[in-house]
Amino acid sequence: MKNTRLFLKGALASAVLMAGSSALSTAYAACGIEGGRVSIVGNEFPAIQTVARGAESCAGDGVEVKSNLTADHQKINVAGMQGNPAEYTTAIIANSSIVALMNEDVIRPLDDLVAKHGQDIPKNQLITVNGKIMAVAFMANAQHLAYRKDVLSELGIEPPKSYEEMLAAAKAIKDAGKSEFPIGGAYKAGWNLAQEFVNMYIGHGGEFYKDGSPEPAINNEQGVAALNMMKELTAYMNPDFLTHDSNATGAEMEAGNVMLMNMWGSRIGVLQDEEGAPKEIAENIEVAGPMMVGDSGTPATTLWWDGWTVAKNISDEDAEATFLAMKNGISPSILNDDTMGEAVWMIEGYEPAAVNQGVFASIASGATAYPMLPYHGLMHTALGNEIADFLTGKEDAAKTLADVEAAYVTAAKEKGFLN
Amino acid sequence: MLLFIALPIVSVVLQSMYAPHEQVVVEVENCDVFGCKKSTMVDQDATRELRDAKPLGRFVGSDIYTNRSHLATSEVAIAWRDSDGLSAFFKDIMNLPFYRAMAFTLTFTFVVTPMVLILGFFIAVAVNSIPSLLRGPAIFLSLLPLIITPLIGSLILFWMIDARGIVGALLQTLAGDPNLSLKASTSLTWVTLIVYGIWHSAPFAFVVYYAGLQTVPKDTLESAMIDGASRWEQIRYVVLPHLLPLTTFIALIQLMDNFRVFEPIMGFNASAHAVSLSYFIYDDLGGETRLLSSAAATSVLTIVGVTILLMPVLIRAWRDFGRKQGT
Amino acid sequence: MSKVADRRSPVLVLFIWAFLFLWLVIAAFPFFWTFWGSFKVEGDFFSKADWTWALFGHLTPVETGGNFTGDGYHGAWVQEEFWRAALNTVIVVVSVVAISLTFGTLAGYALSRSTYNYAFWLLILALIFRAMPPITLVSGYLLPFYQWNLWGHLPTSIIVLVAINQPFTLWMLTSFFRNIPKDLDESAMVDGCTHFQAFRHVIIPVMWPGVITTGLFSLLLAYNDFAVTAMLLSKDNQTMVPKIASFLGTTQTKGNVMFAVASVVSVTAPLFILVMFFQRQIVSGLTAGAVKG
Repeated sequence: MKNTRLFLKGALASAVLMAGSSALSTAYAACGIEGGRVSIVGNEFPAIQTVARGAESCAGDGVEVKSNLTADHQKINVAGMQGNPAEYTTAIIANSSIVALMNEDVIRPLDDLVAKHGQDIPKNQLITVNGKIMAVAFMANAQHLAYRKDVLSELGIEPPKSYEEMLAAAKAIKDAGKSEFPIGGAYKAGWNLAQEFVNMYIGHGGEFYKDGSPEPAINNEQGVAALNMMKELTAYMNPDFLTHDSNATGAEMEAGNVMLMNMWGSRIGVLQDEEGAPKEIAENIEVAGPMMVGDSGTPATTLWWDGWTVAKNISDEDAEATFLAMKNGISPSILNDDTMGEAVWMIEGYEPAAVNQGVFASIASGATAYPMLPYHGLMHTALGNEIADFLTGKEDAAKTLADVEAAYVTAAKEKGFLN
Repeated sequence: MLLFIALPIVSVVLQSMYAPHEQVVVEVENCDVFGCKKSTMVDQDATRELRDAKPLGRFVGSDIYTNRSHLATSEVAIAWRDSDGLSAFFKDIMNLPFYRAMAFTLTFTFVVTPMVLILGFFIAVAVNSIPSLLRGPAIFLSLLPLIITPLIGSLILFWMIDARGIVGALLQTLAGDPNLSLKASTSLTWVTLIVYGIWHSAPFAFVVYYAGLQTVPKDTLESAMIDGASRWEQIRYVVLPHLLPLTTFIALIQLMDNFRVFEPIMGFNASAHAVSLSYFIYDDLGGETRLLSSAAATSVLTIVGVTILLMPVLIRAWRDFGRKQGT
Repeated sequence: MSKVADRRSPVLVLFIWAFLFLWLVIAAFPFFWTFWGSFKVEGDFFSKADWTWALFGHLTPVETGGNFTGDGYHGAWVQEEFWRAALNTVIVVVSVVAISLTFGTLAGYALSRSTYNYAFWLLILALIFRAMPPITLVSGYLLPFYQWNLWGHLPTSIIVLVAINQPFTLWMLTSFFRNIPKDLDESAMVDGCTHFQAFRHVIIPVMWPGVITTGLFSLLLAYNDFAVTAMLLSKDNQTMVPKIASFLGTTQTKGNVMFAVASVVSVTAPLFILVMFFQRQIVSGLTAGAVKG
């Protein structure tokens, strides 16, 4: 039995390989690179692996394409692009991490290359900063509601549209004895926790900075309201919530403990497959749009894109080769049955599955994109380090927010944003 | 050799005294997949000249060391002036990252180090007293906590101590409290980290002590026995003095390593409850916007801290070497 | 020692055995748990619903059809080509140990015979280097390594690991050589041997325990290193520990977690053999006084 399974896997793999190689030969002809060096650095999740493979299919005949995809990409991409010539000719980044590259001035505007080779790239994929094209996006992501259809319908509860409704639903589920801790959330201290605050604060209509300056402005009513809502939610969460990242939260839902959660669209697909969870749980996990909070009219979520850039310190030939190879990496030819479900692709020929409805609903709901500001990374870090004190009950909301601002100001002064 | 050793130290010290130039931030309009909106960016042209002229950055002297993320001198002064009573002062101080990290790090260091010495010693004595045929397997099982890659070791242990993992469930049964969770409260998290620290390092002390036990001079031991010394007296007056130099060695390494406690904090996702200087460095270097000067200053503070901690041992070593020189 | 054993009271003997048994269970249990679990599927190994699933396997039969599965091992070694990482680790470990020991023994011997107080300053140097968090060092190396095109290659990581470890190695070996009486090589030189001949014929035969102990510490460092190899090696040259970390990644892809668990078991196996093989040497090496200085 075991052996047949392995055999099946092998057969499947070779079938994919064959499909891949036929796509490869057609792609190679389409790349149109005369020569040069392409070197990719980026994160390691499957969608990015697919893009890198697409770019690598351009290799050969004077064109060298290699990739370094690792979870540590943010630690090495700046250093790897600062040299002259840069080790990496392109970095795959998201809207939060592109600012680190722009702050260090290591990526080049792409206007000339788009004019020459990229007329067919849809306008909405081109990320412009101050009128200059700095990146080409290829996938979108957002956090939104995921819930257990069977449990909610048994209790006659509609999927919540706001966090207030989520609390009411959680209370009903708990009272019915379905689950002791029905709400899940990636509240792990650090990046995850800060992200949840960013969602909640934006949902309350808050602004992070004083108009157009790096001065922080979160110690206000919306900030307090956001923190209080987070604390109310944690009352329905597993007591270990400060250690749960999105992996752990997803696993809790697969185990049948969590009935409602705010989760990344990209992470739901694996919850619905037959691995890791009993069938009756897996097939009852459903998605819905993002939730509102308060009465600001903006959903409590942020929109994200992933895209690629081109390094500044490289020859024009390499830049051109990189542009063409990466363009091939995000061309319709990379889509097949396997890669289709890896992300919400912004590629022609992409057919959204039911699981992607959450992300599309987020985009349609008028949610805002995650702030692409030079100093917001510092704010995010400060939030991640300080908010836990409020949730553990060590201090009140105003004190926590004051601490966040103080930590942010210290970091911003060091970086030269404030003086 | 010198290149790899001296250069990084010099560059870290330099880095801690320079910060990036002041950034000119301009308002711009950014457009992405989801539409256009007002935003800001760093005006590179405005700062390029400054950067080229002074590539190290702006000299800030000890500013980084004294800011809120490090020694927080002005915050401490304000807390001293404004808080009524010592306990309020300490509460304010413990809210500052550096002092909070020191509180945990010092507790960790001064609990784990002696416990590792004691536990290691007893394991060594116990292993030394069993039939030699069984000693091999016993040594090899005892070494396991030391040789399993901490990265993965803590991942597996993290799951085992979960409220629903095997160890967590066992503890709940033992304590008679079905809601007991090692990860939810600060005090239990500290206990967990400390127990992990002892578990991980005890084998190191064990190996060294076990080796030392092999060389305890037998004639001294036998003459002590003939003189009617009890087993405890033999240990007290013959074995322990013989092991003293080894104790210094283990203490030195342990103090140093425990002061830099980092892996268990990462592995157990414990940063909400316990932080250390090494964790700050990781945080500064791993964020989306990296704080190089801050990380450098924390590194220098770590070295200074280790040096202060080891001062007694170092003075002893200096005297020892001096004595050997004389002979 | 046997006479000492005779005098022990049965209560003490019982206590010693109970204590030792308890310790061995605590020390080895997580490893055996991992070993057992590596033949299960992820849903069982991290069984959030009921921990007994990890013992008896609830999802494993459902997902694979058998009570045990080798999927983790197959995935890691065949599909993800873990053997490449194993090969790289062998290269790194052998080089680091060989270089550290070659320089270490020669320099250690010379320093130990010098009249100046080098050992103390070596200790200070070893201390500063051990005290400096590796991530700081590595971040400092990154920029020049990219600039000079040294990043990503095995030799670069080997040199960095040797450099980080060398002061410690030197210090241990120097204090070890100090414990070999000077009379030994001095009398050899009186007999007409050169310095080098004295080293070869007199010192080498008696130095092995100390060298092996020091070598084992370097070996463990190189084998288990994550900070240096994760940041300084490219994907193709990755060693085992960063490779395992990459199985986990930021977004844990299904099944990959079990690849990591299976690899952990695989990585620990050679260390078992080493420890069993060198166990006597570790003990006798330390005994010979390498660490008493």
